[in-house]
Amino acid sequence: MSTTASTPPAGAAAQVIRPRGPGAFRRFSRHRLAALSLVLILSLTLACIIVPPLLPFSDTEIDIMQRFASPFTGPHLLGTDPLGRDTLARLLMAGRISLSVGFSAMAISMVIGIAVGLYAGFYGGRIGAILMRFVDAMLCFPSIFLLLAISAFLQPSVGSIIMLIAATSWMEVARLVEAQIRALRARDFAVAARAIGASDRRVMFRELLPNAVAPIVVAATLNVAHAILAESYISFLGYGIQPPTPSWGNMLENAQSYLTSAPWLAIIPGAAITLAVTGFNFIGDGLRDALDPRQEAR
Amino acid sequence: MSDFLLSVRDLKKYFPGPRQGIFGKHATLKAVDGVSFDLARGEVLSLVGESGSGKSTVGRTVLRLDKPTGGSIRFDGQELAGLDDRGLRPFRRRMQLVFQDPYSSLNPKMRVEDIVGAPLEIHEPSLSRDARRQKVEEILGLVGLLPSHAERYPHQFSGGQRQRLGIARALITHPELVVADEPVSALDVSVQAQVVTLMLALRRQLGLTILFISHDLAVVGYLSDRVAVMYLGRLVELAPTRALFTSPRHPYTEALLSAMPVPDPDAPRRRITLAGDMPSPLDPPSGCAFRSRCGYAQPACAVTRPELREMAPGHFKACLRDDLALVAPSMGAAA
Amino acid sequence: MEADTVLEVRNFSVSFGILPAVRDVSFSLKPGETLALVGESGSGKSVTSLGILKLTPPAPFCRIEGQALLRTRKGDVVDLVTASADAMRGLRGREAAMIFQEPMTSLNPVHPVGAQVGEALRFHQGLSKRAALAQAAELLDLVGIPDARRRLGAFPHELSGGMRQRVMIALALACEPVLLIADEPTTALDVTIQAQILELLQRLQQRTKMGVLFITHNLGVVAEIADRVMVMYAGRVVEQAPVRRLFHAPLMPYTRGLLRSVPRPDFSGAEQPPLEAIPGSVPDPLAPPPGCSFSPRCGHFAPGLCDSVSPPLSVAEPDHLVRCARWADVAGAA
Repeated sequence: MSTTASTPPAGAAAQVIRPRGPGAFRRFSRHRLAALSLVLILSLTLACIIVPPLLPFSDTEIDIMQRFASPFTGPHLLGTDPLGRDTLARLLMAGRISLSVGFSAMAISMVIGIAVGLYAGFYGGRIGAILMRFVDAMLCFPSIFLLLAISAFLQPSVGSIIMLIAATSWMEVARLVEAQIRALRARDFAVAARAIGASDRRVMFRELLPNAVAPIVVAATLNVAHAILAESYISFLGYGIQPPTPSWGNMLENAQSYLTSAPWLAIIPGAAITLAVTGFNFIGDGLRDALDPRQEAR
Repeated sequence: MSDFLLSVRDLKKYFPGPRQGIFGKHATLKAVDGVSFDLARGEVLSLVGESGSGKSTVGRTVLRLDKPTGGSIRFDGQELAGLDDRGLRPFRRRMQLVFQDPYSSLNPKMRVEDIVGAPLEIHEPSLSRDARRQKVEEILGLVGLLPSHAERYPHQFSGGQRQRLGIARALITHPELVVADEPVSALDVSVQAQVVTLMLALRRQLGLTILFISHDLAVVGYLSDRVAVMYLGRLVELAPTRALFTSPRHPYTEALLSAMPVPDPDAPRRRITLAGDMPSPLDPPSGCAFRSRCGYAQPACAVTRPELREMAPGHFKACLRDDLALVAPSMGAAA
Repeated sequence: MEADTVLEVRNFSVSFGILPAVRDVSFSLKPGETLALVGESGSGKSVTSLGILKLTPPAPFCRIEGQALLRTRKGDVVDLVTASADAMRGLRGREAAMIFQEPMTSLNPVHPVGAQVGEALRFHQGLSKRAALAQAAELLDLVGIPDARRRLGAFPHELSGGMRQRVMIALALACEPVLLIADEPTTALDVTIQAQILELLQRLQQRTKMGVLFITHNLGVVAEIADRVMVMYAGRVVEQAPVRRLFHAPLMPYTRGLLRSVPRPDFSGAEQPPLEAIPGSVPDPLAPPPGCSFSPRCGHFAPGLCDSVSPPLSVAEPDHLVRCARWADVAGAA
């Protein structure tokens, strides 16, 4: 359509380019704490992966001459522990363990939670009801006691800790997915899929699940935080990752006896746990806002 | 091959209602209670009624999205009522559904190509991606959209365009029967006319048989060959469209027609206002279900439940009184 | 403002951020008169009605300009646009009331309907609890709720859609307002119930002589209840006329298209006459077409004229306004 040059049409001024496309990323990056946390978690993870081989000390190297070295004083940047092992090296190696426990436990709990929630939400009926009552029953136990009770009978290893944490943290996910799927399956597009003869599996995985991704992603992020914290608890109480394998939790445990004489031994892994857990929580908050389409207008 | 594409006999669909007391039995909600009709090939039959009349349930049960409680559904001579999902699959491509709500009926996370192409993916899995894409583009053209629209997501379309997408998805497997459940009620007037016109054109072009479910008598009168009027789960009148609009035989039809707002300020208005609301389907009146709101009810109406009787060729009604002279309202002059 | 006017709206505009929802709307309403506001979704008809009663979001999100002068029962003239939030609270319900499409969302689900109607009476008229309940029963009876006294204790969810809308109307009429704004009050109802509600509204209007601003998209309903009609498109009034004129001699091509796209079954011939749909859809409010906003869909489009300047409202007859650069040609061509 051509416009006459003499009179600039009123409409032209209002031809604003509407921001389109992946608004979720834009909204996420506007959530300052979440964006900051994402950067922090990414650098922490990267540091744990890359830095240890580059350090002059390994995490197991015992240097009797350098016991209880304070941070920022000698060759050991973050000081040493009672055996003279480098705290920074141990912190990063422990980070490898703690973070992988966090991510693996999250992944497993998501798989269980999604499977149970999807089945119960989609089919409902008697089996669905039994599954969800089981979820409710599991939720009745304070998970920390459950964790401790079971771990007392198990041979502690990284693998068993992961399974333990996953086994006590999938229930919330199952509930969330069940509620989402139950609501979604009543929507017309799910009926439409059945009307064209789609199999149950197709309806579940192609039509329903993608619409529940946003809350699942948020839950997954928060689950990592929860798993890291849970690992710290049980390792701190001595039922978790066993020395000499370092984890943030057992580093804290080792530091207990030296709280007054060498406080950095507790402060450093404590700070790592706090940063990682709050970081994941903020990311979860940010994702919740970013993935909520009702926020589109802002 | 029978003359009728679809023959429904004594169709019943009951739902469990609320429980009576904590340990009591569930009440029975008779959403559809003995409905029979035939649909000839190439015919448009409209199913009219108010909310709660059971018209949508008939549509969904006929397509076997719900399992009927009783009765028979014969599609092209084959009984559908007892089939399970696997048995129904070959029929799915031959009968399709168009929804009322153009927003909730399209999966927001899928692209148009995948939404409209989904029936092909299921029923012709051997089709290559390119061939499927081409068929999607063809059908988009047929419903008045552009091939490039295949790339987009549902939220990038207006309500009317979304309804076209819904129609495209329903037609891509070349079904013989289309059940259209209030396909234009959620649309604006000017867009509604576009979709009605499109449906009529497609019917002519593709020889579709349509079960059109609606509460809008003006649209129904405009596009159907025959009309069936439902009240509380039962048919009360079934007639060729012209006969129904010009000489209704059931008091409920008369009241519905008179309540229809006519877009002409000078149209003579003789309105039969029905008293009250439709009774609860959990506890319908005895005898004729309409008697509680009917101006012509007699004591006998509370006793005998009227069956559908043929009063004139093809004109059925379920009313005991044959002595009524019912009036058809003026439709107003065309502008 | 003329003496026999209840509501006079002048150059009324509502915008949400950079999005203009309603632009430069002017009209007046007399006591006992029904003005129908017709338009499709996105036309700005509901925003107009909400904006008049300032039920739109508060200032930074939503800007209201112009005047909306309301003559109260005592004869004072109040500009609703500049009135304070406190003043509005006193005016809403007492002088100007509103009913909505979905009564369930406007009724409080946790209180019985009798208490809700009574509460309005107590707040606005200072009645005692007993007197208010007695009057609530009378009101429910007036709006045609059978066995009204017993229904006072009913909760909204125990009533049918039609009954809830009657309760809403009773609530709106509790203080005999001079102005009633009805925003699609029958759209969610079945036709037989719609007929009942329209009849009720007309009966009550004759009794109370309130001015009614009736917002709807249903032209059949307009033909039944309106004295005058205002057609809105893309945030602007495009035509305004007495109801007979508008239906029999519409001037704006959009109004004509709208009237032609309503199906009217005609059984005089063998086949139904073809429906004339308006092609295309409503423009994107953020990227309106240049010139007349209806021009891309218009059959009378004149290049260089319709796509350059937004046409002003022209006076075709003293009581017939039309926003179309070519209305004289369009009228001649028909």
